[in-house]
Parts: sequence; C-alpha cells; structure tokens
Amino acid sequence: MAQFRLPKNSVVGVGKTYPAPAGAKDVRTFRIYRFDPESGQNPRYDTYEVDMATCGPMILDALIKIKNEIDPTLTFRRSCREGICGSCAMNIDGVNTLACTRATEDVKGTVKIFPLPHMPVIKDLVPDLTNFYAQYASVKPWLQTRTPAPPDRERLQSKEDQEKIDRPAACILCACCSTSCPSYWWNGDRYLGPAALLAAYRWIVDTRDEATGERLDELEDPFKLYRCHTIMNCTEACPKDLNPAKAIAEIKKKMAERRH
Amino acid sequence: MSLRSPVGRVLGLGAAGEGVGHWWTQRVTSVALVLLGLWFVIALIGLPDRSYETVTSWMHDPFNAVMLSLLVGTAVYHSLLGVQVVVEDYVSDHGSKIVSMLALQFIHFILGALGIFSVLRVAFGSAA
Repeated sequence: MAQFRLPKNSVVGVGKTYPAPAGAKDVRTFRIYRFDPESGQNPRYDTYEVDMATCGPMILDALIKIKNEIDPTLTFRRSCREGICGSCAMNIDGVNTLACTRATEDVKGTVKIFPLPHMPVIKDLVPDLTNFYAQYASVKPWLQTRTPAPPDRERLQSKEDQEKIDRPAACILCACCSTSCPSYWWNGDRYLGPAALLAAYRWIVDTRDEATGERLDELEDPFKLYRCHTIMNCTEACPKDLNPAKAIAEIKKKMAERRH
Repeated sequence: MSLRSPVGRVLGLGAAGEGVGHWWTQRVTSVALVLLGLWFVIALIGLPDRSYETVTSWMHDPFNAVMLSLLVGTAVYHSLLGVQVVVEDYVSDHGSKIVSMLALQFIHFILGALGIFSVLRVAFGSAA
C-alpha cells in the first residue's frame, strides 16, 4: 500500500533554538528540517532567529547567513542564486519553490523550510534526486533524426515552430513539480513525473526531431504517463511559470490522435 | 541492495504499449453517462407520477428499457475503469494488486449483470 504515515525513524523531533543576537532590530524566525544520517538520530526542527536588518531579502540569503554566522552544519544545495540552476529547490512555507527567488517578506510568520517532499533525504535540505535524473535521461532528451544534418548550416525551424518548444525548453530541472505531485509520491518509481514528461513533450513537439512515434511508444504505459490525474500541483509549483500539466495533457491527446 | 543502474531501474520492463485505450474509454463513458443521465432525469420528471405502476409501465417501452440497460452498463463499466486507477495508484504490492483487480472485475460484472437483468425482467414482465 501507499504509505500515509511517516516511518518511526522519520518522525521529526524538536531540536535546538538559536536566539537572535542582542540588539537585533528586525528578527524573523526560521524553522528548518535537519537530518544527519551519520548521527543515527531522527530528524528534528532547528529554530534560527535571524536579524533581517543585516540579511539579504531572499530565503537563500537567510540560509547562507545562518550557515555562515550561526550554524555551519546546516546543509543545502545552492549555486546561481538567480533562479536558473534549480539547485536550491526546497519546500518553503508549504510550497515547493526556489529559495533564491522567494522573498522572506512574502512569507508570513515563522518561515518553515523542508527538503522537497517524499524524496529520500541525504542530509538536511538535500534530497536524493538520482531517480529523478534517471527519469529525465530515460526520455532521451536530445535531438533524434534520420535526415543527415545539412553540411553548411544548422537544422532550420520556423519561428512559430520554435515558439512551441520555447517554454517547455525553459525547464531548469529543479524537481519542484515532480515532488509536489501526489501521483509521483505514491508511484515515483514507475510514473515518470511532470518534469520528465515536460522534457519528453519538448522533444515530441520539436519539428526538427524525427523520433516522435518512438517517443510516444516509449511513454504509452499506464504508469509512465497515465498516472497523471490532472491534479495540477506541478503547474502551481513551477517557479519558472511553466505548465507541465498542459504538456502531459498534450501528450495524451497525441496518443489518442494517432489511434483515430 | 540492487546494483542495477538508476536508468536501468527507471526503464524497468519497458512501456506496456497501452493505457490510451483505458484513458479514451473513460472519457467516452463519461460523455455517455452525461447524456444517459440527462435522459433519465428528464424522462422521470416527464412522468405523470412516480408510482410503481407508472414507472414499470414506462419501462415496458422498448426504447426506455434499452436506454436504462445502457445506463446501468455504462455506469458499471465507468466505475470499473475508475476504481482500477485507484487500485493501481495505492496498491503497490503486485500480488495484492492482482487479487484486488480480480475482485473488482468480478464484483463489477456481477453488479452490471444484475442491474441489466433487473431492468429486462421488469421490461419483459407482465404489464402492471
């Protein structure tokens, strides 16, 4: 059966509180999920009081400040700090998003931060995305053709055709969508999830690609594709304002189209 | 612990090559149920009264009997398709999944057969 309760060793306890320094003017509280696999202990919430007067505006700024000045053991992924690398995806205030593009002032009260839901946790806010990346690789996210490339120029595409792949190609693989999807939670081992399906769609509608049929063949499966029940959490969660739910619906339409 | 590669695990047994039939049939039966449901409600409202005699004599009409049988059959089929998805979603153990599917199919076919037989029995029975 799908698991609805946390296993005993995943129940989250209460950890330490790090109070704000004396004289702090604008204090915000961050409650952060902590898990250290080497400690042998259950996960816990640690509470950090941060003086926002000396902190940047984004959640990622606060996390970096906490790591630099309060608790160097806090572990999270980050890189570009401008919403293009997808590294700092996490669950902030109940919503999967990027810590670097979410402003602290947009969250009311205590800022609760968890790793992306329903993924194995490596440490603190770092989830194991091995399966997620393997699903992406499985849809062969590269151009497949039979016609040899023209010797003197690139493969051409009209402006209208380019617009079809413009948005889907903007996916940064942050995993916010897939890990917000209940179908992916219950069947993430067999359902490819919105991110991988959006990537598949990006190649299915690419007019330069000549493997559309094979791509559809590889998705025609009750689990790989049809676990999507149009819950729409993926589209709601996407920090890049993409629409994976619509891409999946379009793939289903193409499946039906080639039968009739 | 399996040493199989992550991509190998994801590719698994490959695509089943089906799913679109189930998806399409679920939508066709939804549309049919909307139409049949509307017909059923409008027909019932149109009856002079809701007494046993009026309704059974209404069911003696061949068109009404056929439409009612279709309504029962379509509803049961649509339900089977829907509940199958729920089982696939939540029952991950393969053995339990097969047993649940068998049980579901048997129950739905029994319900459908009973429903259609009941309609026909009234339709072919002596007029009230």
